[in-house]
Amino acid sequence: MKINIEFSGGLETVFQNIRKYSIDLEAPSDGSPLNIKYLLTYMVDVLMDADSKANGGVGLFLLDGLIRPGVLILINDTDWELEGEEEYLLQEGDIILFASTLHGG
Amino acid sequence: MSGTHANTVPLRMCELCHARKPVLRRPKTLQKLCKPCFYHVFETEIHNTIMEAKLFHRGERVAIGASGGKDSTVLAHVMKTLNERYDYGVEFVLLSIDEGITGYRDDSLETVKRNKEQYSMDLEIVSYSELYGWSMDQIVAQIGNKNNCTYCGVFRRQALDRGSVKLGISHILTGHNADDMAETILMNLLRGDVARLDRCTEIVTDSSDSPVKRSKPFKYTYEKEIVLYAHYKKLDYFSTECTYSPEAFRGTARTLIKNLEAVRPSSIIDIIKSGESFVLLKNQKKYPTPAERQETATTMATASTCQNLAQGAPSAFDPNVTRANRCHTCGYLSMNKICKACILLEGLNAGRAKLELDGGVEPTGQAALTKKLEQLSF
Repeated sequence: MKINIEFSGGLETVFQNIRKYSIDLEAPSDGSPLNIKYLLTYMVDVLMDADSKANGGVGLFLLDGLIRPGVLILINDTDWELEGEEEYLLQEGDIILFASTLHGG
Repeated sequence: MSGTHANTVPLRMCELCHARKPVLRRPKTLQKLCKPCFYHVFETEIHNTIMEAKLFHRGERVAIGASGGKDSTVLAHVMKTLNERYDYGVEFVLLSIDEGITGYRDDSLETVKRNKEQYSMDLEIVSYSELYGWSMDQIVAQIGNKNNCTYCGVFRRQALDRGSVKLGISHILTGHNADDMAETILMNLLRGDVARLDRCTEIVTDSSDSPVKRSKPFKYTYEKEIVLYAHYKKLDYFSTECTYSPEAFRGTARTLIKNLEAVRPSSIIDIIKSGESFVLLKNQKKYPTPAERQETATTMATASTCQNLAQGAPSAFDPNVTRANRCHTCGYLSMNKICKACILLEGLNAGRAKLELDGGVEPTGQAALTKKLEQLSF
Protein backbone atom coordinates (compact mmCIF):
# COMPACT_ATOMS: atom_id res chain seq x y z
CA MET A 1 0.00 0.00 0.00
CA LYS A 2 1.37 3.38 -1.00
CA ILE A 3 1.69 5.85 1.86
CA ASN A 4 3.15 9.35 1.83
CA ILE A 5 5.00 10.65 4.85
CA GLU A 6 5.89 14.30 5.34
CA PHE A 7 7.76 16.15 8.07
CA SER A 8 7.67 19.71 9.18
CA GLY A 9 9.09 21.55 12.13
CA GLY A 10 12.46 19.85 12.08
CA LEU A 11 11.64 16.18 12.63
CA GLU A 12 13.20 15.31 9.27
CA THR A 13 16.61 15.75 10.90
CA VAL A 14 16.28 12.31 12.49
CA PHE A 15 14.90 10.77 9.29
CA GLN A 16 17.96 11.19 7.05
CA ASN A 17 17.08 14.86 6.52
CA ILE A 18 14.45 13.91 3.97
CA ARG A 19 11.21 15.85 4.27
CA LYS A 20 8.97 13.66 2.10
CA TYR A 21 8.83 9.92 1.75
CA SER A 22 6.66 7.84 -0.51
CA ILE A 23 6.73 4.28 0.80
CA ASP A 24 5.19 0.98 -0.13
CA LEU A 25 3.94 -0.58 3.05
CA GLU A 26 3.22 -4.32 3.36
CA ALA A 27 0.63 -5.55 5.82
CA PRO A 28 2.34 -6.89 8.97
CA SER A 29 3.06 -10.62 8.67
CA ASP A 30 1.65 -11.37 12.12
CA GLY A 31 -1.78 -10.22 11.03
CA SER A 32 -1.79 -7.09 13.20
CA PRO A 33 -3.56 -4.09 11.67
CA LEU A 34 -1.84 -1.73 9.27
CA ASN A 35 -2.45 1.34 11.39
CA ILE A 36 -0.58 4.44 12.57
CA LYS A 37 0.86 2.52 15.49
CA TYR A 38 2.46 0.09 13.06
CA LEU A 39 3.64 2.97 10.87
CA LEU A 40 5.45 4.56 13.82
CA THR A 41 7.40 1.37 14.47
CA TYR A 42 8.13 0.97 10.77
CA MET A 43 9.44 4.53 10.57
CA VAL A 44 11.86 3.97 13.41
CA ASP A 45 12.98 0.60 12.05
CA VAL A 46 13.31 1.53 8.39
CA LEU A 47 13.40 5.29 7.87
CA MET A 48 15.31 6.65 10.86
CA ASP A 49 19.03 6.84 10.18
CA ALA A 50 21.38 4.74 12.27
CA ASP A 51 23.25 7.79 13.49
CA SER A 52 20.06 9.33 14.91
CA LYS A 53 19.04 6.04 16.48
CA ALA A 54 22.40 5.82 18.20
CA ASN A 55 21.99 9.38 19.50
CA GLY A 56 18.55 9.30 21.07
CA GLY A 57 16.60 10.10 17.91
CA VAL A 58 13.85 7.66 18.84
CA GLY A 59 13.19 9.68 21.99
CA LEU A 60 12.52 12.76 19.90
CA PHE A 61 9.83 10.94 17.97
CA LEU A 62 8.33 8.40 20.35
CA LEU A 63 7.71 8.13 24.06
CA ASP A 64 6.99 4.64 25.40
CA GLY A 65 6.26 3.41 21.88
CA LEU A 66 3.68 6.12 21.18
CA ILE A 67 4.09 9.46 19.44
CA ARG A 68 5.86 11.94 21.63
CA PRO A 69 3.59 14.66 23.02
CA GLY A 70 4.25 17.86 21.08
CA VAL A 71 4.43 16.13 17.72
CA LEU A 72 1.22 16.77 15.76
CA ILE A 73 0.00 14.24 13.26
CA LEU A 74 -2.22 15.21 10.35
CA ILE A 75 -3.88 12.46 8.34
CA ASN A 76 -4.76 13.85 4.91
CA ASP A 77 -4.63 17.32 6.49
CA THR A 78 -6.97 16.43 9.34
CA ASP A 79 -5.94 16.37 12.99
CA TRP A 80 -5.38 12.70 13.83
CA GLU A 81 -7.37 13.19 17.03
CA LEU A 82 -10.45 13.16 14.78
CA GLU A 83 -9.33 10.04 12.95
CA GLY A 84 -8.80 7.55 15.74
CA GLU A 85 -5.14 8.37 16.49
CA GLU A 86 -2.88 5.27 16.68
CA GLU A 87 -5.73 2.98 15.66
CA TYR A 88 -6.37 4.73 12.34
CA LEU A 89 -6.16 2.16 9.55
CA LEU A 90 -4.00 3.38 6.70
CA GLN A 91 -5.62 3.78 3.29
CA GLU A 92 -4.01 3.74 -0.14
CA GLY A 93 -2.45 7.12 -0.94
CA ASP A 94 -2.77 8.58 2.57
CA ILE A 95 -0.61 11.58 3.37
CA ILE A 96 0.60 11.49 6.94
CA LEU A 97 2.25 14.68 8.17
CA PHE A 98 4.36 14.80 11.32
CA ALA A 99 4.72 18.35 12.58
CA SER A 100 6.85 19.12 15.56
CA THR A 101 5.45 22.03 17.55
CA LEU A 102 8.54 22.27 19.65
CA HIS A 103 10.57 24.84 17.83
CA GLY A 104 11.09 28.45 18.64
CA GLY A 105 8.99 31.10 17.07
CA MET B 1 -8.54 -5.47 5.44
CA SER B 2 -6.85 -2.90 3.27
CA GLY B 3 -9.01 -0.66 1.16
CA THR B 4 -12.06 -1.09 3.36
CA HIS B 5 -13.41 1.75 5.41
CA ALA B 6 -12.69 0.07 8.67
CA ASN B 7 -11.94 3.31 10.49
CA THR B 8 -14.78 3.45 12.93
CA VAL B 9 -14.67 7.13 13.82
CA PRO B 10 -18.16 8.41 13.03
CA LEU B 11 -18.28 11.32 10.64
CA ARG B 12 -19.48 14.37 12.49
CA MET B 13 -19.90 17.90 11.35
CA CYS B 14 -18.11 21.00 12.63
CA GLU B 15 -19.54 21.87 16.04
CA LEU B 16 -19.98 25.51 15.11
CA CYS B 17 -21.36 25.63 11.58
CA HIS B 18 -22.73 22.05 11.46
CA ALA B 19 -22.12 22.18 7.74
CA ARG B 20 -18.52 21.27 7.01
CA LYS B 21 -16.20 18.43 7.91
CA PRO B 22 -14.11 19.21 10.99
CA VAL B 23 -10.33 19.21 10.54
CA LEU B 24 -9.12 19.60 14.09
CA ARG B 25 -9.96 19.31 17.73
CA ARG B 26 -9.21 22.44 19.74
CA PRO B 27 -7.07 21.55 22.75
CA LYS B 28 -8.59 24.31 24.87
CA THR B 29 -12.24 23.37 24.41
CA LEU B 30 -12.10 19.96 22.71
CA GLN B 31 -14.41 21.40 20.03
CA LYS B 32 -14.20 19.81 16.61
CA LEU B 33 -14.01 22.53 14.00
CA CYS B 34 -13.76 22.96 10.24
CA LYS B 35 -11.10 25.23 8.73
CA PRO B 36 -13.18 28.41 8.31
CA CYS B 37 -14.65 28.15 11.81
CA PHE B 38 -11.21 27.47 13.25
CA TYR B 39 -9.77 30.58 11.59
CA HIS B 40 -12.70 32.57 12.90
CA VAL B 41 -12.39 31.46 16.55
CA PHE B 42 -8.61 31.62 16.50
CA GLU B 43 -8.54 35.20 15.23
CA THR B 44 -11.51 36.38 17.28
CA GLU B 45 -10.05 35.10 20.54
CA ILE B 46 -6.86 37.04 19.88
CA HIS B 47 -8.87 40.13 19.01
CA ASN B 48 -10.81 39.78 22.29
CA THR B 49 -7.55 39.43 24.22
CA ILE B 50 -6.27 42.62 22.59
CA MET B 51 -9.48 44.54 23.35
CA GLU B 52 -9.73 43.37 26.95
CA ALA B 53 -6.15 44.38 27.66
CA LYS B 54 -6.56 47.62 25.64
CA LEU B 55 -3.28 46.69 24.05
CA PHE B 56 -3.19 49.34 21.32
CA HIS B 57 -4.27 52.87 20.73
CA ARG B 58 -5.08 54.43 17.39
CA GLY B 59 -2.07 55.90 15.63
CA GLU B 60 0.37 53.81 17.66
CA ARG B 61 3.47 52.36 16.00
CA VAL B 62 4.17 48.91 17.31
CA ALA B 63 7.10 46.58 16.61
CA ILE B 64 6.60 42.86 16.09
CA GLY B 65 9.59 40.88 17.30
CA ALA B 66 10.05 38.68 14.23
CA SER B 67 12.30 35.64 14.15
CA GLY B 68 10.88 34.02 11.03
CA GLY B 69 9.61 31.15 13.17
CA LYS B 70 6.02 29.97 13.37
CA ASP B 71 4.89 32.10 16.32
CA SER B 72 6.10 35.46 15.08
CA THR B 73 5.06 34.72 11.48
CA VAL B 74 1.53 33.87 12.61
CA LEU B 75 1.62 36.95 14.86
CA ALA B 76 2.48 39.24 11.95
CA HIS B 77 -0.18 37.64 9.79
CA VAL B 78 -2.90 37.85 12.45
CA MET B 79 -2.00 41.43 13.45
CA LYS B 80 -2.26 42.53 9.83
CA THR B 81 -5.59 40.69 9.46
CA LEU B 82 -7.10 42.11 12.66
CA ASN B 83 -5.75 45.61 12.07
CA GLU B 84 -7.59 45.64 8.76
CA ARG B 85 -10.72 43.86 9.96
CA TYR B 86 -11.28 45.89 13.12
CA ASP B 87 -9.54 49.09 12.07
CA TYR B 88 -7.14 49.35 15.01
CA GLY B 89 -5.31 52.15 13.25
CA VAL B 90 -1.96 50.71 14.31
CA GLU B 91 1.22 50.73 12.24
CA PHE B 92 3.16 47.50 12.62
CA VAL B 93 6.88 47.22 11.96
CA LEU B 94 8.91 44.00 11.94
CA LEU B 95 11.93 44.02 14.22
CA SER B 96 14.43 41.18 13.94
CA ILE B 97 17.54 40.36 15.83
CA ASP B 98 20.50 38.81 14.04
CA GLU B 99 22.29 36.88 16.75
CA GLY B 100 24.88 35.67 14.25
CA ILE B 101 24.15 31.94 14.29
CA THR B 102 25.18 30.38 11.00
CA GLY B 103 22.73 27.90 9.55
CA TYR B 104 19.96 29.13 11.81
CA ARG B 105 19.43 32.83 12.04
CA ASP B 106 20.84 33.65 8.64
CA ASP B 107 18.24 31.35 7.06
CA SER B 108 15.38 32.50 9.26
CA LEU B 109 16.14 36.15 8.45
CA GLU B 110 15.54 35.33 4.79
CA THR B 111 12.04 34.26 5.86
CA VAL B 112 11.53 37.56 7.69
CA LYS B 113 12.60 39.45 4.58
CA ARG B 114 9.90 37.62 2.61
CA ASN B 115 7.38 38.33 5.40
CA LYS B 116 8.19 42.02 5.06
CA GLU B 117 6.96 41.88 1.44
CA GLN B 118 4.06 39.52 2.17
CA TYR B 119 2.67 41.70 4.95
CA SER B 120 3.80 45.09 3.60
CA MET B 121 5.54 46.02 6.83
CA ASP B 122 8.84 47.82 7.34
CA LEU B 123 11.67 45.68 8.65
CA GLU B 124 14.54 46.62 10.95
CA ILE B 125 17.32 44.13 11.65
CA VAL B 126 19.66 44.69 14.60
CA SER B 127 22.70 42.47 14.93
CA TYR B 128 24.74 41.33 17.92
CA SER B 129 27.96 41.91 15.97
CA GLU B 130 27.05 45.51 15.33
CA LEU B 131 25.81 46.16 18.89
CA TYR B 132 28.24 44.17 20.96
CA GLY B 133 31.11 43.32 18.65
CA TRP B 134 30.36 39.62 19.13
CA SER B 135 28.18 37.20 17.19
CA MET B 136 26.71 34.18 19.00
CA ASP B 137 28.96 31.92 16.91
CA GLN B 138 32.00 33.79 18.24
CA ILE B 139 30.63 33.74 21.79
CA VAL B 140 30.07 29.98 21.68
CA ALA B 141 33.53 29.48 20.21
CA GLN B 142 34.87 31.30 23.24
CA ILE B 143 32.70 30.18 26.15
CA GLY B 144 31.52 26.80 24.93
CA ASN B 145 28.06 25.41 24.65
CA LYS B 146 26.96 25.61 28.24
CA ASN B 147 25.70 29.05 29.25
CA ASN B 148 25.25 30.42 25.76
CA CYS B 149 21.48 30.87 26.24
CA THR B 150 22.18 33.27 29.11
CA TYR B 151 24.29 35.48 26.86
CA CYS B 152 21.83 35.25 24.02
CA GLY B 153 18.89 36.08 26.29
CA VAL B 154 20.49 39.12 27.93
CA PHE B 155 21.77 40.42 24.60
CA ARG B 156 18.48 39.88 22.79
CA ARG B 157 16.54 41.77 25.40
CA GLN B 158 18.74 44.82 25.03
CA ALA B 159 18.94 44.44 21.27
CA LEU B 160 15.15 44.51 20.98
CA ASP B 161 15.04 47.63 23.14
CA ARG B 162 17.72 49.35 21.12
CA GLY B 163 16.06 48.37 17.85
CA SER B 164 12.76 49.81 19.06
CA VAL B 165 14.33 53.02 20.29
CA LYS B 166 16.04 53.40 16.92
CA LEU B 167 12.61 53.11 15.31
CA GLY B 168 11.12 55.54 17.83
CA ILE B 169 8.83 52.79 19.09
CA SER B 170 8.10 52.00 22.74
CA HIS B 171 5.94 48.88 22.35
CA ILE B 172 7.06 45.45 21.12
CA LEU B 173 4.82 42.45 20.52
CA THR B 174 6.32 39.03 20.97
CA GLY B 175 5.03 35.67 19.77
CA HIS B 176 5.07 34.02 23.21
CA ASN B 177 2.17 31.60 23.26
CA ALA B 178 0.16 29.86 25.98
CA ASP B 179 2.54 26.89 26.06
CA ASP B 180 5.49 29.25 26.57
CA MET B 181 3.70 31.05 29.34
CA ALA B 182 2.68 27.84 31.12
CA GLU B 183 6.28 26.69 30.86
CA THR B 184 7.58 29.94 32.36
CA ILE B 185 5.04 29.80 35.20
CA LEU B 186 6.14 26.26 36.02
CA MET B 187 9.81 27.18 35.87
CA ASN B 188 9.34 30.14 38.21
CA LEU B 189 7.27 27.99 40.54
CA LEU B 190 9.88 25.23 40.56
CA ARG B 191 12.70 27.72 41.14
CA GLY B 192 10.82 29.57 43.85
CA ASP B 193 11.23 32.76 41.87
CA VAL B 194 8.23 34.45 43.44
CA ALA B 195 8.85 37.91 42.01
CA ARG B 196 8.92 36.58 38.46
CA LEU B 197 6.02 34.25 39.14
CA ASP B 198 3.99 37.31 39.97
CA ARG B 199 4.89 39.16 36.79
CA CYS B 200 5.19 36.42 34.20
CA THR B 201 1.47 36.05 33.56
CA GLU B 202 0.96 39.69 32.67
CA ILE B 203 0.06 40.37 29.07
CA VAL B 204 2.02 43.63 29.12
CA THR B 205 5.32 43.69 30.93
CA ASP B 206 7.06 46.85 31.93
CA SER B 207 10.24 46.94 33.85
CA SER B 208 12.38 49.64 35.28
CA ASP B 209 15.36 48.48 33.26
CA SER B 210 13.73 48.71 29.87
CA PRO B 211 12.47 51.75 27.96
CA VAL B 212 10.11 49.58 25.94
CA LYS B 213 7.04 47.67 27.03
CA ARG B 214 6.40 44.16 25.74
CA SER B 215 3.08 42.50 25.06
CA LYS B 216 2.01 38.96 24.32
CA PRO B 217 -1.20 38.86 22.26
CA PHE B 218 -0.84 35.04 22.07
CA LYS B 219 -0.75 34.47 25.83
CA TYR B 220 -3.94 32.38 25.60
CA THR B 221 -3.16 30.86 22.21
CA TYR B 222 -2.09 27.22 22.12
CA GLU B 223 1.01 26.25 20.21
CA LYS B 224 -0.90 23.43 18.52
CA GLU B 225 -3.35 25.93 17.05
CA ILE B 226 -0.56 28.27 15.94
CA VAL B 227 1.15 25.43 14.11
CA LEU B 228 -2.12 24.30 12.49
CA TYR B 229 -3.06 27.86 11.56
CA ALA B 230 0.33 28.37 9.91
CA HIS B 231 0.00 25.01 8.17
CA TYR B 232 -3.54 25.47 6.85
CA LYS B 233 -2.91 29.07 5.81
CA LYS B 234 0.34 27.94 4.17
CA LEU B 235 2.27 30.73 5.88
CA ASP B 236 5.92 31.07 5.02
CA TYR B 237 7.87 30.30 8.18
CA PHE B 238 11.17 28.79 9.16
CA SER B 239 11.26 25.75 11.38
CA THR B 240 14.66 24.66 12.51
CA GLU B 241 15.91 24.52 16.03
CA CYS B 242 18.72 26.80 17.11
CA THR B 243 22.00 25.03 16.49
CA TYR B 244 23.10 25.54 20.07
CA SER B 245 21.59 23.35 22.74
CA PRO B 246 18.75 24.81 24.78
CA GLU B 247 18.82 25.41 28.48
CA ALA B 248 18.23 22.04 30.13
CA PHE B 249 15.78 23.23 32.76
CA ARG B 250 13.55 24.92 30.20
CA GLY B 251 13.62 21.80 28.05
CA THR B 252 12.46 19.72 31.00
CA ALA B 253 9.64 22.14 31.80
CA ARG B 254 8.59 22.08 28.16
CA THR B 255 8.46 18.29 28.08
CA LEU B 256 6.40 18.32 31.25
CA ILE B 257 3.91 20.78 29.74
CA LYS B 258 3.58 18.72 26.58
CA ASN B 259 3.06 15.52 28.54
CA LEU B 260 0.40 17.20 30.68
CA GLU B 261 -1.31 18.53 27.56
CA ALA B 262 -1.46 15.02 26.08
CA VAL B 263 -3.29 13.73 29.16
CA ARG B 264 -5.40 16.79 29.80
CA PRO B 265 -5.38 19.40 27.03
CA SER B 266 -6.81 22.16 29.21
CA SER B 267 -3.77 21.92 31.53
CA ILE B 268 -1.98 24.72 29.69
CA ILE B 269 -4.76 27.26 30.03
CA ASP B 270 -5.42 26.05 33.59
CA ILE B 271 -1.81 26.70 34.60
CA ILE B 272 -2.09 30.22 33.20
CA LYS B 273 -5.35 30.86 35.03
CA SER B 274 -3.75 29.60 38.25
CA GLY B 275 -0.69 31.74 37.67
CA GLU B 276 -2.84 34.81 37.13
CA SER B 277 -4.65 34.17 40.39
CA PHE B 278 -1.56 33.99 42.56
CA VAL B 279 -1.34 37.00 44.84
CA LEU B 280 2.08 38.07 45.97
CA LEU B 281 1.98 39.06 49.61
CA LYS B 282 5.49 40.22 50.35
CA ASN B 283 8.35 41.97 48.63
CA GLN B 284 6.11 43.72 46.14
CA LYS B 285 8.15 45.91 43.85
CA LYS B 286 7.09 49.16 42.37
CA TYR B 287 7.35 49.44 38.59
CA PRO B 288 7.54 52.68 36.65
CA THR B 289 4.38 54.30 35.42
CA PRO B 290 3.88 54.65 31.66
CA ALA B 291 4.74 58.35 31.94
CA GLU B 292 8.05 57.59 33.58
CA ARG B 293 8.81 55.00 30.95
CA GLN B 294 8.00 57.43 28.18
CA GLU B 295 10.49 59.87 29.62
CA THR B 296 13.29 57.33 29.78
CA ALA B 297 12.45 56.11 26.26
CA THR B 298 13.04 59.60 24.93
CA THR B 299 16.41 59.82 26.57
CA MET B 300 17.37 56.45 25.14
CA ALA B 301 16.61 57.66 21.63
CA THR B 302 20.05 59.09 21.07
CA ALA B 303 21.74 55.89 22.10
CA SER B 304 22.70 53.64 19.24
CA THR B 305 25.26 51.10 20.27
CA CYS B 306 26.90 49.99 23.44
CA GLN B 307 30.35 51.03 22.26
CA ASN B 308 29.25 54.36 20.87
CA LEU B 309 27.57 55.15 24.13
CA ALA B 310 30.62 54.35 26.15
CA GLN B 311 32.57 56.85 24.08
CA GLY B 312 30.06 59.66 23.71
CA ALA B 313 28.05 59.01 26.79
CA PRO B 314 27.13 62.49 28.10
CA SER B 315 25.06 63.44 25.05
CA ALA B 316 22.89 60.43 25.62
CA PHE B 317 21.83 61.51 29.05
CA ASP B 318 18.85 63.51 29.99
CA PRO B 319 19.77 65.61 33.03
CA ASN B 320 16.43 64.67 34.57
CA VAL B 321 17.28 61.00 34.67
CA THR B 322 19.55 60.16 37.51
CA ARG B 323 22.71 58.35 36.75
CA ALA B 324 21.74 55.79 39.35
CA ASN B 325 19.21 54.30 36.92
CA ARG B 326 21.75 53.76 34.19
CA CYS B 327 24.61 51.48 33.39
CA HIS B 328 27.83 53.39 34.05
CA THR B 329 29.49 51.74 31.07
CA CYS B 330 26.95 52.00 28.26
CA GLY B 331 24.17 54.21 29.61
CA TYR B 332 21.51 51.55 29.21
CA LEU B 333 18.74 51.56 31.82
CA SER B 334 19.87 49.39 34.69
CA MET B 335 19.06 48.78 38.31
CA ASN B 336 22.74 48.17 38.96
CA LYS B 337 25.87 50.18 38.28
CA ILE B 338 26.78 48.00 35.35
CA CYS B 339 24.07 46.38 33.21
CA LYS B 340 23.99 42.64 32.66
CA ALA B 341 25.06 42.90 29.02
CA CYS B 342 28.14 44.94 29.95
CA ILE B 343 29.09 42.47 32.67
CA LEU B 344 28.89 39.63 30.16
CA LEU B 345 30.76 41.67 27.54
CA GLU B 346 33.51 42.50 29.99
CA GLY B 347 34.08 38.80 30.57
CA LEU B 348 34.05 38.07 26.86
CA ASN B 349 36.42 40.88 25.98
CA ALA B 350 38.82 39.88 28.75
CA GLY B 351 38.84 36.37 27.31
CA ARG B 352 39.48 37.66 23.80
CA ALA B 353 42.35 39.83 24.99
CA LYS B 354 43.83 36.86 26.80
CA LEU B 355 43.57 34.72 23.69
CA GLU B 356 45.28 37.37 21.62
CA LEU B 357 48.07 37.74 24.19
CA ASP B 358 48.56 34.00 24.36
CA GLY B 359 48.51 33.81 20.59
CA GLY B 360 45.78 31.27 21.06
CA VAL B 361 43.17 30.06 18.68
CA GLU B 362 41.16 32.76 16.96
CA PRO B 363 37.58 32.58 18.11
CA THR B 364 36.21 33.00 14.62
CA GLY B 365 33.51 31.21 12.71
CA GLN B 366 30.79 29.13 14.20
CA ALA B 367 31.54 26.53 16.78
CA ALA B 368 32.10 23.19 15.18
CA LEU B 369 28.69 21.94 16.12
CA THR B 370 26.24 20.15 13.98
CA LYS B 371 22.58 20.73 14.51
CA LYS B 372 21.73 17.19 15.20
CA LEU B 373 19.92 15.28 17.82
CA GLU B 374 20.91 16.81 21.09
CA GLN B 375 20.27 20.28 19.71
CA LEU B 376 16.86 19.20 18.59
CA SER B 377 15.93 18.00 22.04
CA PHE B 378 12.52 19.06 23.10
